Amino acid sequence: MTHAIVQLAYLAATVLFVLSLSWMSHPRTARRSVRAGVAAMLLAVVATWIQPEIVNDGWIILAIIAGFVVGIPLSRVPLTAVPQRTALSHAFGGLAAGLVGTAKYYLWSSQSPEELTTFRMIAIVTEVILGFLTLTGSLMAAGKLQEVKWIPQRPVTYPGQNIVNLGLLVIAVAIGAALVFQPLGPYSHFMFPAIIVLALAFGVMLVIPIGGADMPTVISILNSYAGLSAVAMGFVLDNKLLITAGALDGSSGLILSIIMCRAMNRSFANVLFGAFGKVQARAAAGEEKVYKPETVEGAAQVLEQASLVVIIPGYGMAVAQAQHRVHELAEQLRKRGITVKFAIHPVAGRMPGHMNVLLAEANVPYSDLVEMDDINADMAQCDVALVIGANDVVNPAARYDKTSPIYGMPIIDADKAKTIYAIKRSKNPGFAGIDNELYFNDKTFMLFGDAKAVVGELVKALAGGSGH
Amino acid sequence: MTKRLLGLVVLGIVAGAANAQSTPEHATAPIDQWSMLFVFVLATFVGLGVIVRVSRLLHTPLMSITNAISAIAVVGSIIVTGSDYPRNIRILGAIALFASMTNIVSGFLITERMLKMFKTTGEGGKK
Repeated sequence: MTHAIVQLAYLAATVLFVLSLSWMSHPRTARRSVRAGVAAMLLAVVATWIQPEIVNDGWIILAIIAGFVVGIPLSRVPLTAVPQRTALSHAFGGLAAGLVGTAKYYLWSSQSPEELTTFRMIAIVTEVILGFLTLTGSLMAAGKLQEVKWIPQRPVTYPGQNIVNLGLLVIAVAIGAALVFQPLGPYSHFMFPAIIVLALAFGVMLVIPIGGADMPTVISILNSYAGLSAVAMGFVLDNKLLITAGALDGSSGLILSIIMCRAMNRSFANVLFGAFGKVQARAAAGEEKVYKPETVEGAAQVLEQASLVVIIPGYGMAVAQAQHRVHELAEQLRKRGITVKFAIHPVAGRMPGHMNVLLAEANVPYSDLVEMDDINADMAQCDVALVIGANDVVNPAARYDKTSPIYGMPIIDADKAKTIYAIKRSKNPGFAGIDNELYFNDKTFMLFGDAKAVVGELVKALAGGSGH
Repeated sequence: MTKRLLGLVVLGIVAGAANAQSTPEHATAPIDQWSMLFVFVLATFVGLGVIVRVSRLLHTPLMSITNAISAIAVVGSIIVTGSDYPRNIRILGAIALFASMTNIVSGFLITERMLKMFKTTGEGGKK
């Protein structure tokens, strides 16, 4: 009887999870998603807990309370820190999967070895490798995003890196295969921990060569891994709710990774194994080019005369927390009857949809956020393109310079606007270490400084001009 | 929408059929590996169909809600923590349960927080 109730609850939870994700198709229905998801999760937890074999409630209660104590502060981070929170959350997901797989292996091998069927062993090995590589890979990604001191921000590369990385994975899989055939062989007490160590090391090595500009893809791939490790756990525990929910998460990560890769015109393999690091030497060899700086007052005057202004935000806006000032600027321009649009590149920022969330936080209505493909048709009519902390996503070299590492990447056609202002913190090249030709265009003028300060001054100049 | 529902129905039938066959009384009853693989493949297709329709505006909230959903590992963690297993094994389970619970709590809360911010011109931004 309990069995039927539990399975029915699991089935209902599956339906709710699918509905939850399908309601994410529009901001209007999206709020329902969270409610459906919470209901599904409650059902799953309660249904699992009421099963007769669950006899120790104390530890469960303690662990759940601890989860709340850590989880609530983690949900209150500033929105600019959302990419690292997401990465950290993938790390927790990987850890949980890896630990449950480990626990089940040691339980069965000590108490009932006949339970370690070939099928289960394959699932356990998959779960443990995926779980632990997701743990360290995501921790590295979170560290890079948080700019932790002892984790290098720039891609770290060395000769033979890919061979070393793949070698680690191949050895882990080979040991895993040996364990599958002989779960309790003479060396198994040594082989299982070896798999864990190799998976942990592989996770670190996988993310070390990856730079900030590739983070949206890496986070998406890790998202997918976290889901797949839950699927593997479902196979281990013979639990179909784990399989369905994990598969939903896995496919979400997969689709986001594909979208990110397309937005950079790169393949998975290229992101993971073709580090961005090789470009610095070439960039340094180029001749010195000259920026044309502009004053805030000058820029404000030109902005006032415009009829269509397109704002192109990038990671620099997030770093400077400038989104609220940017919204004020848009409002000032709108008061003068100027049309203001925001052009959002899919990989702007450090995770998928990063810019949309930041601008939504600053009260920019989502109908003003325009995707790259839609805005590019209007760029020729655009009077002023205002680039705020974006770099690679507006670099025209992507169109024709075959030696550029971003060659072939679709970009926002900022250079087609009549005038371009670019707000930039310093004269250094962007994260990818590439010079941006847009900045040396005849129509481009630079506003150097912190994005928040510069946009704030622009707002002041505009407000002053209107006779306050 | 109809396609999606159809997928769900198929998934439900497969899951139901698989459960009807399994006999919980015998702990050593053979697990139906094939039905689990079917469930996995079908659920992946349902997932792909649903996710491609997600608004690009909402990719960050999507990722945080899938964080929370993949913390379904909580189910496995509860089983390992709460069953009558040796102490060391249950410690591993408790850590896993803590990690999953953290993801559930922070994942849903931050998704809710972000979704609240998405407004149309009418609701939020002046004019």
